[in-house]
Amino acid sequence: MDLCKLTLFEAHNLLKKKEISSVELSKSFFERIETIEDKIGAYITVTKESALKEAEKADERIKKGDISYLTGIPLSIKDLMCTKGVKTTCASKMLENFIPPYDAFVIKKLKEAGAVILGKTNMDEFAMGSSNENSNVKKVHNPWDVTRVPGGSSGGSAASVSADMCISSLGSDTGGSIRQPASFCGVTGLKPTYGRVSRFGLIAFASSLDQIGPITKDVQDSAMLLETISGFDENDSTSSKEKVPTFFENIKNIKDLKGVKIGVPDEYLVSGTIDDEVYEKIKEAVDVLKKEGAEIINVSLPHTEYSIAAYYIIAPSEASSNLARYDGVKYGFRDKNQTDLESMYKKTKSIGFGDEVIRRIILGTYALSAGYYDAFYKKASQIRTLIIDDFKKAFAKCDILIAPTTPTCAFKIGDKLNDPLAMYFSDIFTISANLAGIPAMSLPCGFSKENLPIGMQFMGNYFDEEAILKAGIVYQNSTTFHKERPKVS
Amino acid sequence: MKITKDEILYVANLAKIELKKEEEEKISSQIENILEYIKKIDALDTSDVEPTYNTPIGSNFFREDIIKEHLGSETSLFNAPEKDDGYFIVPKIIK
Repeated sequence: MDLCKLTLFEAHNLLKKKEISSVELSKSFFERIETIEDKIGAYITVTKESALKEAEKADERIKKGDISYLTGIPLSIKDLMCTKGVKTTCASKMLENFIPPYDAFVIKKLKEAGAVILGKTNMDEFAMGSSNENSNVKKVHNPWDVTRVPGGSSGGSAASVSADMCISSLGSDTGGSIRQPASFCGVTGLKPTYGRVSRFGLIAFASSLDQIGPITKDVQDSAMLLETISGFDENDSTSSKEKVPTFFENIKNIKDLKGVKIGVPDEYLVSGTIDDEVYEKIKEAVDVLKKEGAEIINVSLPHTEYSIAAYYIIAPSEASSNLARYDGVKYGFRDKNQTDLESMYKKTKSIGFGDEVIRRIILGTYALSAGYYDAFYKKASQIRTLIIDDFKKAFAKCDILIAPTTPTCAFKIGDKLNDPLAMYFSDIFTISANLAGIPAMSLPCGFSKENLPIGMQFMGNYFDEEAILKAGIVYQNSTTFHKERPKVS
Repeated sequence: MKITKDEILYVANLAKIELKKEEEEKISSQIENILEYIKKIDALDTSDVEPTYNTPIGSNFFREDIIKEHLGSETSLFNAPEKDDGYFIVPKIIK
């Protein structure tokens, strides 16, 4: 049995029956990582020593019959969630030696559950990018075709799940950073409702949009991991007190979609704006859902065309404020050659940040600066209201929405690197969910002629992750796309 | 939307970022392109719309101001680029 191919659900059951041990399982992953990491580039830091200790502890717990979903399960973590005593770099020179003195809320939850952390995954610097090419450490290669990007910014996390270099991973999603790479790599990625998962210890990009979520091999695994990391946290002032459902129990026996209304937004399926192959696969997925009993209705989200413009004002504005903290004083990189404070600030930021981060800080500072605030930031925030209203109207008519995750399959490395605006357009279908704060999940729905994964997206109403998980599990029970794995060795 | 190199340099200075000389032109034109696209929001009349600065469910809550255990100064200063005796060291500020 190839242990690296197991889903979380399968591994959990084998651990529970004591047919495998967590140590054995974790060792298989380190072997796998050592064999293919050079080709994929998914990991920034591998934490073999601490992981094996965690695995031993997990085995002890399991021996005593103390097992929860994540006990003994080897995971990878995007390198922007603080891990106590383990470097957390954001793939930036600015934080290349940063060792957090505390664990992020989600890490604390995972450790309490007895999970095994294999390492920290590669990403676009400070989560800014859609191709992972903005990593200051190294590129990530798409396991389905190593000449292509894995998507971003959680590219390392998605690639590590896709290439069986971990069982599941945690990513973060500000404008599509979980869903877009999940789509490109053929795995399942869920951005929960804003506030569902604490952002404490998540290095901030755009605080009103950022959300941590699971990247997994299937929907079942997503439910198990989401349940483990959700819940109120007094250290995040936007954390929700909404009750966390037993996601996995509630969805596992769902057999069909009778009584479920699925909305197809007209604005997301315009032939010509998306690749024909993507268009076809989404149509086929809609047919599958219909066969499973869902009622399909057409809905309209009329302000969709303004989402990218609004996002690229709001996200950089928040980023310019959040990233001001990297001043070379409290932690992170400092240019030590400067003798006055002003030059030290400027040189530190110029050397410590990469191009895309600098572009967004300048863009955000511009949008917030005197004379431009109303025309940019305020106007974008008004458009955000309109986008939220669009979703509210849609969810009055249906339970979930279906849409493509991305307009194309994974593109070639280098293709969009010199054209930031073209890169921004790969987020066209994912951004609205962040602006509104609703949950959304990408899952595989087919392959292109070139054998690249195509992803579709379910969007749900506030705190109704359950509805999208249910639709997801029914869809995956009647299809096999999520079971396909790239051949990397 | 026309934006000059000087405007970009002015904004960069506000953000305490120094652009490399050879990159000034490139970054200016890239930002000009992005702003050009972003200006499409002008086409929409939003005069009667309330802005949303956070998601509808993301309103802040506050907790009681109770003193709790903290990291301590040694741990807090662990990552500081320069420090001495519990203090951050910065370049000279007063001339």
